[in-house]
Amino acid sequence: MSSEGDVAVHVHRDDEASKLGMWLFLFTELTLFGGLFLMYSVYRYTHQAEFHLAAKNMNTFIGALNTAILLTSSLTMALSITALQRGSKKLSLSFQAITIFFGLIFLVNKYFEWTHEIHIGNFPGSESLLNKSQGDILFFGLYYVMTGLHGLHVIIGMVVIAVMMRFTIKNAITRTNYVKLEAAGLYWHLVDIIWIFLFPLFYLIS
Amino acid sequence: MEEKENHNTHNHSYAPYIIVWLALLTFTAITVAVAGINFGNATIAIALIIASIKTYLVLTIFMHLNIENKTFKIFVVIAIFFLAISFVLLFSDYYNF
Amino acid sequence: MTDNSMAINKNEHESYLEHKGKYSGLLGWILSTDHKRIAILYLIVISAWFLIGVTIGFLIRLELLTPGETIVGPQTYNSFFTVHGIIMLFLFVIPGIPAIFGNFFLPIMIGAKDVAFPRLNLFTWYLYVFGSILVITSVFLPGGAPDSGWTFYIPYSVRTGTNMIITLSAAFILGFSSILTGLNFIVTIHRMRAPGMGWFKMPLFPWALYATGWIQVLVTPIIGITLLLIIFERLFGVGLFDPALGGDPVLYQHLFWIYSHPAVYIMAVPAMGVITELITVYSHRTIFGYKAIAFSSLAIALFGSLVWGHHMFTSGMSDTANFVFSLITFLVAIPSAIKVFNWTATLYKGSIELEPPMLFALAFIFLFTIGGLTGIMQGTLSLDIHLTDTTFIVGHFHYIIFGTAGFGVFGGLYHWVPKMFGRLYNKKLAKLSFWFLFIGFNILYFPMFVMGWLGMPRRSYDYLPEYQIYHEISTVGSWVLILGLLIFVYTIVKSIRSGERTNEMNYCGGDTLEWRVETPPTHENFDEIPVITGEPYAYKQNEL
Repeated sequence: MSSEGDVAVHVHRDDEASKLGMWLFLFTELTLFGGLFLMYSVYRYTHQAEFHLAAKNMNTFIGALNTAILLTSSLTMALSITALQRGSKKLSLSFQAITIFFGLIFLVNKYFEWTHEIHIGNFPGSESLLNKSQGDILFFGLYYVMTGLHGLHVIIGMVVIAVMMRFTIKNAITRTNYVKLEAAGLYWHLVDIIWIFLFPLFYLIS
Repeated sequence: MEEKENHNTHNHSYAPYIIVWLALLTFTAITVAVAGINFGNATIAIALIIASIKTYLVLTIFMHLNIENKTFKIFVVIAIFFLAISFVLLFSDYYNF
Repeated sequence: MTDNSMAINKNEHESYLEHKGKYSGLLGWILSTDHKRIAILYLIVISAWFLIGVTIGFLIRLELLTPGETIVGPQTYNSFFTVHGIIMLFLFVIPGIPAIFGNFFLPIMIGAKDVAFPRLNLFTWYLYVFGSILVITSVFLPGGAPDSGWTFYIPYSVRTGTNMIITLSAAFILGFSSILTGLNFIVTIHRMRAPGMGWFKMPLFPWALYATGWIQVLVTPIIGITLLLIIFERLFGVGLFDPALGGDPVLYQHLFWIYSHPAVYIMAVPAMGVITELITVYSHRTIFGYKAIAFSSLAIALFGSLVWGHHMFTSGMSDTANFVFSLITFLVAIPSAIKVFNWTATLYKGSIELEPPMLFALAFIFLFTIGGLTGIMQGTLSLDIHLTDTTFIVGHFHYIIFGTAGFGVFGGLYHWVPKMFGRLYNKKLAKLSFWFLFIGFNILYFPMFVMGWLGMPRRSYDYLPEYQIYHEISTVGSWVLILGLLIFVYTIVKSIRSGERTNEMNYCGGDTLEWRVETPPTHENFDEIPVITGEPYAYKQNEL
């Protein structure tokens, strides 16, 4: 079974292999963030009161809003695949685009959060932070690194989905050949899962 | 190794995804509400349990683990197990027994 | 294995070396997605880095010939052992056997035409080369070569003015290369075995690669994030590790060793897989305890991920942690010992041929046993208090790592080079190289146990006069070893370039699938994918 338009006769498609590969890649992301979660758990355990106080700086509303946004974007991502399976290419493209849009909103919220924190002096290396407790420094160190790395993955996810949109338009992704879109979906859902854990750990401590 | 078109044999419905989404939003609301109540040490445990339930829903429905081959589920268990046991062993150094 | 002993490919095809694809010449190699060509690309760059690493090792031993400064001062010496470690670990033994023999032979051994993701495979080689370039840059940029040790311990890795960020970035990139190789092999083994080749009909080298793949995928990202955090610490003063800002340097060690201990199994397990192949072929015997060897690879992968704290017994961990990690360290010795017992049992009543690859396999068992037993000694808390940070540790890990991965590469090359290149090598020189390597190895590393026991610290360019005799012996050993290496390199290179040509499909009496394809293999490996009916290693049954 040859792939679209290729010269080679021997290349046959193995969707299971592609999905297995993607899941394994997700595991690498899981342990990449896992290292940070391990750090977080140790530092929170050893600086409980200080983390509690430091977290009061966080805006629970924006955090919850961002959680809802990302959860909804996971929905639209899953729906984009179902739409394609039902033969609705246009609907699928719309869902993919909406997913990217939600990602963008997430990032905009994040941007406002970060600029606010930086403005009031809570950033690594700032005079005011260095004068605070150890727990404060650790909390914000973890906050910036973890949400920053997560944000980077949101950006990557948005780019990947944009590429999938192009594939869908050009019929490299079709109703009977959509493993690439599934793989992109898996990636996006993982980004969502990471946030599902980040949210309570940074915004719901107090 | 022929092409697997396993999904085309099912009737594809939007419903499961929408239901799960509503459940996820509900759990999020619960977890925010619970955070306001002080359960002491249990607070973080409850938050993590709710987060785990949400994750389970995303894994099984959004990420299709419930309809994939057993291999995928075993893979996920291996990965989660590795993280869990690293966490336990790490805390053998930090936990105040 | 298959019930016909005839060759699978009957026609005269051009080999993968001659095959003309879309590109020709050099481009035909560096743009090739053929797993065999990628293996050769890896062989070339890994060999080059190995020789550079050896050279630095030679210089280290030269410096240690006398107390005080012999050829270089302390700053340079610190950079020597740092760069030596980085090269040998990240550029030689971690990629080593999977990238060379795994890439070349895994698909063939399971009856496939390539790996699951051939383009990804090529990409891992690009990552390796890019990482290499960064390592070179880190040595020559004005800041000076890294000097923190390959372990990058906090706080020095944050404080030192040398080119740490580039070094850390190099390690990060190389980690990705390792991850993607492991990922590729896992999927390949799951999805591309030939019809009839169930999991327990697969040869044991693929089993080893499978277990290794899981380690590569799961633990490598942890060092990725840890090294990234050191970069952030240096750039932004984030405060997560730096004790001056409230960070915990012991937590750094935890995160570092959560990767770096399993990493040694990434180095050793594939080598054990090679040795299993060599032992069965050159004793013309089926492996004793196939399932035990297969499962022990998985067990090593599992337990090996749970013992990292044994690098930290004197760092200030809790008593509980010390106890737990010491206990599990004893447990991880068990699956390794099972392999040694099974190899030995395989030899019993075998028709043993002392061909060069077999010499290395037998030496492997000897060196691995010494390395393993000294490992148990170090895992014992009371002993480790005295042994930690001495040259005893240095002797241990060279016996284990160089003894397994190193000798695994040497034996594997003598075993497979004729298949890979269709050229024979000079057996007399090969055996000579073996004896110089083996004898030199022991003279070089055994004294480290003795002087370490007597208190000689590691990573120290200066020492008390009472240790000098051991250093002198060790340095002379390094010269003997290097002589052996030179003979080895000469023999192999001469063979590849101008050795007597051979088309003999099965020149060693092996039973796995690579002995049923052309020498050298064709581009596609098989004209037709074989159907497997028999067990692997169907030599005379083991009568134990």
